[in-house]
Amino acid sequence: MRKTDSASDVPAAGATDGLGGTVALEVNSPVDAPIEAQKKEFVGRSPGQLAWLRLKRDRTAAISAITLVILGVIALLAPVIGKLRGMSATQPFTDKLNDYAMPLGYAGGMNSTHWLGLEPGNGRDILMQLVYGMRTSLLIAFASAIVASTIGVLIGVLAGYARGWLDSAINWVIDLTLAFPFLIFALAVIPIVEDRFFGARDAIPASFRVGLIIATFGMFSWTYTARLVRGQVIALREREFVEAARAAGAGTQHILFRQLLPNIWAPILVTLSLNVPAFITTEAALAFVNIGVIEPTPDLGRMIFNSIAFVASDPWYTLWPGMTIFILVLAFNLLGDSLRDALDPKSTR
Amino acid sequence: MTETLVQEPGTEPVKPSRPSGEPLLVVDELTKHFPVRSGMFGKTGLVRAVDGVSFSVQPGETLGLVGESGCGKTTTGRMLVRLLEPTSGKITFEGKDISHAKGAGLRQLRQDMQIIFQDPYASLNPRHTVGRIVAMPLQVNGINPPGGVKKRVQELLELVGLNPEHYNRYPHEFSGGQRQRIGVARALALKPKIIVADEPVSALDVSIQAQVINLLRGLQRDLDLAFVFIAHDLAVVRHFCQRIGVMYLGKLVEIGDRNSIYERPAHPYTRALLSAVPDVTKMGASGRIRLEGDVPTPLNPPSGCRFRTRCWKAQEICATQEPPLTIKPNGTTAACHFPEEGAIK
Repeated sequence: MRKTDSASDVPAAGATDGLGGTVALEVNSPVDAPIEAQKKEFVGRSPGQLAWLRLKRDRTAAISAITLVILGVIALLAPVIGKLRGMSATQPFTDKLNDYAMPLGYAGGMNSTHWLGLEPGNGRDILMQLVYGMRTSLLIAFASAIVASTIGVLIGVLAGYARGWLDSAINWVIDLTLAFPFLIFALAVIPIVEDRFFGARDAIPASFRVGLIIATFGMFSWTYTARLVRGQVIALREREFVEAARAAGAGTQHILFRQLLPNIWAPILVTLSLNVPAFITTEAALAFVNIGVIEPTPDLGRMIFNSIAFVASDPWYTLWPGMTIFILVLAFNLLGDSLRDALDPKSTR
Repeated sequence: MTETLVQEPGTEPVKPSRPSGEPLLVVDELTKHFPVRSGMFGKTGLVRAVDGVSFSVQPGETLGLVGESGCGKTTTGRMLVRLLEPTSGKITFEGKDISHAKGAGLRQLRQDMQIIFQDPYASLNPRHTVGRIVAMPLQVNGINPPGGVKKRVQELLELVGLNPEHYNRYPHEFSGGQRQRIGVARALALKPKIIVADEPVSALDVSIQAQVINLLRGLQRDLDLAFVFIAHDLAVVRHFCQRIGVMYLGKLVEIGDRNSIYERPAHPYTRALLSAVPDVTKMGASGRIRLEGDVPTPLNPPSGCRFRTRCWKAQEICATQEPPLTIKPNGTTAACHFPEEGAIK
């Protein structure tokens, strides 16, 4: 389609090839490549494609990405895994605990049925808890990262493009938000909001708590993205290609979405990918101080919190969720770093 | 290559004989003051970047604006294409006052006036293909040229001496000179009547400068374009411009045709500027006029003649009375109480 287009556009091409395409294109400069190469439409590589090529060559990125894909698939397929193994995450195997509520057998009760052993106390299968807990963690982390980035991009673009008093006001809000101690705020606000919506005896649905955590993360973490985007917009809006668009009569919408945004998606993507592991650890920290996801929804942070009581008698219980968080966060961080290197080859490690 | 500078189909036929004396663009007492503030409640000041500049451009004419850095020539250029709002003064384009045009009027105006930028690396969006960059003015104005946007873009690329097959390439795949050609193609997309060229070649190698200048000259001849050519390279300006305006600290100090300016300048500043051009035929420091001191700050320009602080002819009247722009015996219009007389050589 394109080939025929370009051929018919060139007036000197005349009759197209009947005999193997030796048509001299006089309009082109004499230094041109052989005819065969010329007949192909020149397609340049966009900066995005170049970044992708660099990323593909990066070993660390490949390994991290594969790890994350495997863990992600496992988390997504949690119900399928439960069905295959014939057990649910919350099913108590109390018959496999001894009189002190410790799992029977060695190494936290690891055997061919319960691959990673059982939870001391309530006798739930650790592998199923991990799989479902990972799902919770990833869901919260991704949702929060997307919420935070969206708010951050919108506010950052607004501040950078509007400048003047609006920019000053937004900057002031950002400074204020950054000055807030997040954990203390979360400790205060999550119980208060829940009290506002539910009585003391009401069962609080798990989805409400999850939504509340995402909202709290979003409210506090948009500031980094906003700062970054604001800076980028301010730097780019003075560039001459933006002025060229204005001189051609382009409106604000065109300048923002066609000229500026394509140039700032790379740093946005990098912050997004580095936000996810930060949220995974923070979410675990919230669970650790008991304002995370509530029972019976499995959660990695809460597993660690629960396991502390048994760390002397059953260290395996602490090990598994800890290692899962470690692998998730490490893989995300490494991938984020590789992404940054690929998108901005001039930056140094 | 020169043969391919063809008139593309669909352009209006060139009208060589316009009623003479009716200028395309008239600039009258154009002024731009930038407020500066230090801190949130700091003292405010005014940078008098451009302070009452007047000139006119005839259709098809090239006017050069020269002057050292910070003299306001770029600000003037940006005001002409309305990238900056003038503080005061009047810009008349084809008889219409456009100094504060808005909305549809401004949009229409932008089709007639385009700008070429200095830095070919900053003036092209790195994330867009060349095709998209050149088509952008058509797209934002909702113009669908006969034969389609792609055909028009390829015509434009050919017109500026680029391979039209490079439509799908990205700016980073081109050299500086080629990038500047892309910028020229973009400026031509709307078939403007006047192009403001803001130091279009100062970021390029000397050999490439000549190519781009020759391209602009060819385009000017073929498309009957008027140019306001902003530069600090006097040799380039002499080569390209029919008339030349010399700016100093926000003021136009002298304006006249090329030969008068270069051979018989009336203003001492023009003379000093010209004497700074290196000349291989003259060895040693003969004839070089060294100006003492720095350019005064435009926050607080000197009273009277702004050049008096560095002028070797300055007298009392220069500090008290601002010299008006008047026609001097050498044929140029200059603002000086004690104009130079006679030729340089």
